[in-house]
Amino acid sequence: MFDLSDLYQELILDHNRSPRNRRRIEHAGRRAEGYNPLCGDRITVYLSIGGDVIEEAAFEGTGCAISTAAASMMTEAVKGMSVAEATALFERFRAMVTADDDRVEADRASMGKLGAFAGVRRFPARVKCATLAWHTLRAAIAGDHASVTTE
Amino acid sequence: MTTASGPTPPATRTAAPYDVQRIREDFPILGREINGEPLVYLDNAATAQKPDAVIDAICGYYRTANANIHRGVHRLSVEATTAYEGARCTVQRFLGAHRPEEIVFVRSATEAINLVAQAYARPRLAAGDEILITTMEHHSNIVPWQILCEQTGAVLRVAPITDAGELEIDEFEKLLGPRTRLVAVTHISNALGTVNPVAKLVELAHRHGAVVLIDGAQAAPHLPIDVTALGCDFYAITGHKMFGPTGVGALYGRYELLDDMEPYQGGGEMILSVTFEKTTYNHVPHKFEAGTPNIAGVIGMGAAVDYLNEIGLARIGTYEQGLLAYATEAICRIPGVRLFGTAAHKAAVLSFTIGDVHPHDAGTILDQQGIAVRTGHHCAQPVMERFGITATVRASIALYNTHAEIDRLAAAVATVREVFA
Repeated sequence: MFDLSDLYQELILDHNRSPRNRRRIEHAGRRAEGYNPLCGDRITVYLSIGGDVIEEAAFEGTGCAISTAAASMMTEAVKGMSVAEATALFERFRAMVTADDDRVEADRASMGKLGAFAGVRRFPARVKCATLAWHTLRAAIAGDHASVTTE
Repeated sequence: MTTASGPTPPATRTAAPYDVQRIREDFPILGREINGEPLVYLDNAATAQKPDAVIDAICGYYRTANANIHRGVHRLSVEATTAYEGARCTVQRFLGAHRPEEIVFVRSATEAINLVAQAYARPRLAAGDEILITTMEHHSNIVPWQILCEQTGAVLRVAPITDAGELEIDEFEKLLGPRTRLVAVTHISNALGTVNPVAKLVELAHRHGAVVLIDGAQAAPHLPIDVTALGCDFYAITGHKMFGPTGVGALYGRYELLDDMEPYQGGGEMILSVTFEKTTYNHVPHKFEAGTPNIAGVIGMGAAVDYLNEIGLARIGTYEQGLLAYATEAICRIPGVRLFGTAAHKAAVLSFTIGDVHPHDAGTILDQQGIAVRTGHHCAQPVMERFGITATVRASIALYNTHAEIDRLAAAVATVREVFA
């Protein structure tokens, strides 16, 4: 029998069923739109930044289980972080989902909840699903109002 | 140049029953395992697999006859030219064209459509002229016309489709008018499987003086095509969806139209003589085949046509219709499955969603069980928009698929629901 548990971790399925922070922030200081032309999925990320700290993070949009869960868990993870910390986390997340297979368990352990996405690297066609929200976050931080794509 | 119809197609195996296991042996890739399971290849509308006959024709050309064509006097060049032009005659008979010169080799059906847009339509259309397409077109039969509209000021009109995915013929007819210069319609919808009544559409369009292009990319591997009977002016096909190689396609054009058109690209092959003062273009079809063409690809495409002829497209169609009925029942029996494209006349394509599971998640779960399907918008975003969705799972059947493979698909679709329960 096939094994999908590496990709569809229970945590990911849970965030797909009940996404956190899926809402619009009316007076968000920063927002950006992301688009995955492969599947047509769109996401909008909203940030409220006070000083240097991300006080609120939310998203709107629908997508596959991986992209929905990634957006949901990302908004939870970056809330309260400084902009620099969130940017660094983006880099670590992207490295994790594109890394060589032999570091899966190490990455899973070091990334906390986000380690649930370590198995994505074994599904190259799905890496963009996991990173769409993160690319959009980075664009929002940069104040780049143009739409970003995964291509 | 070869004349008229040439030899008749080889006799088909009509007397023998359809032996799908025997046919499967012709396709080496079908012996592969994916994730520990035998491959079930149901992404044929994206590209079809290749039989040994095609692979051997391409290898044989490179191993024994590789040379540039039309110019050389040496033996290899003569052999390569004979094989290349022989493939043109093969495709001519396959499409029911009157003359081999009416077949232009291109790189894809997409290029064939772009060729018509730029070399036929662009010099002839003026601001306010209209091009009529349908909602069910592939992006390749939308975007070339949008580009043309930007260049000429022509207007793109779109005929709607029903909830079943059938063209609304009355609306189509209403959209035809004195300004309609060109009608571009797909023969078979890649996203829905709908088979359009193209002969009827051609008749309606011609009544209004419009020239008609049929996008036959999806039709060529599934049903017999006769451009003379259809009466169309242009017909586009691609090699790789009909068991030939990628990077090669063919455009049928009525001789008078092709002869009257300007070249598509400039370069070698497409000229008779070049001086800095005056260049004389070559005759049809070479006028449209600038540069060294995809010789191996054309030869491979010819071998693919021979292969289809050997089995017989009518028999293939009958077999696939049986499989489509079986698959439709098997898939629709699964709770939560919603089928898009339920036209009365339909090719073997099943486009569906499974509850609220995103098709990409479904595609990954099917792939883990060795089943290759397409997930996404299938380069037909207006079709998705018509049905208020962004994507579907699409299982597209070809001549080598089996009832057992459909059983595996249905079982795997059921597991998708379990994972996301």
